[in-house]
Amino acid sequence: RKNVEDFTGPRERSDLGFVTFDITADILNGKNGLQTFIFDWNVKQLFLYLSAEYSTKNNALNQVVLWDKIMLRGDNPRLSLKDMKSKYFFFDDGNGLKGNRNITLTLSWNVVPNAGILPLVTGSGHVSVPFPDTYETTKSY
Amino acid sequence: AAAAVAAAMLSLDFLDDVRRMNKRQLYYQVLNFGMIVSSALMIWKGLMVVTGSESPIVVVLSGSMEPAFHRGDLLFLTNRIEDPIRVGEIVVFRIEGREIPIVHRVLKIHERQNGDIKFLTKGDNNAVDDRGLYKQGQHWLEKKDVVGRARGFVPYIGIVTILMNDYPKFKYAVLFLLGLFVLVHRE
Repeated sequence: RKNVEDFTGPRERSDLGFVTFDITADILNGKNGLQTFIFDWNVKQLFLYLSAEYSTKNNALNQVVLWDKIMLRGDNPRLSLKDMKSKYFFFDDGNGLKGNRNITLTLSWNVVPNAGILPLVTGSGHVSVPFPDTYETTKSY
Repeated sequence: AAAAVAAAMLSLDFLDDVRRMNKRQLYYQVLNFGMIVSSALMIWKGLMVVTGSESPIVVVLSGSMEPAFHRGDLLFLTNRIEDPIRVGEIVVFRIEGREIPIVHRVLKIHERQNGDIKFLTKGDNNAVDDRGLYKQGQHWLEKKDVVGRARGFVPYIGIVTILMNDYPKFKYAVLFLLGLFVLVHRE
């Protein structure tokens, strides 16, 4: 991964990570042990997001949203995305990505009802990715 | 127009009730009115305590969170310290020195061992994150900027507040009618 000047934030050099991913998901409502169709009469949309969570020397907890998508009622609840690039720059607050062995990627979603409570749900299943110990010198993105 | 409405109302029969009321009854009605206002204030303060937020109910003012929220939707907030700020949450925050609160989603967080947290936000309907909205030189938001986290919402109802803000005549008309109703209404 690269050590690049974080041009979107404070003017210091921070680690920038590049991740490509596949997502295969079936968004169901896992309440009460039953798997039901999540888009019931009161669900207007789902705001899905893929987040990377990790620890660094500077910060005990870091969470970065890499990608998000709005899924409206009526859209196909099955996701099958391949070779996706992150939508947002994966900058660390410092240089904590180099050699970081444990970045956990999780898919979560915010249920937006027509009216009522706004729950955040974390999908079951997550992936751990390690970052290499060295920086890339050539642009491979 | 307001004068015409008032004149029309004065000629209505039900106002004879008011003229027939003696002083004591009028004071009673005013006290009644005061009680209703006090109760409303107490409920509001109670909500502030229970939710931990200085503004437990807010109205969405812009379209930056569409299609989830539209202008006029009402949001219910909590701001309990025990709830940590995590990505994906919808936060209502104020930028230092600005009065208008903004409703957006948390995109990034960096939290220290001691609990100090700095985070970045973005509106669902915006192409870029909120750094351009923050103060000059400010790159992150902190806990102190947060008014609350959106836990629930009701659509459309807040439109009344927006209308009252944008059209002061409408606000005065509503208040006038409410006051009139309470003073005149006999239990």
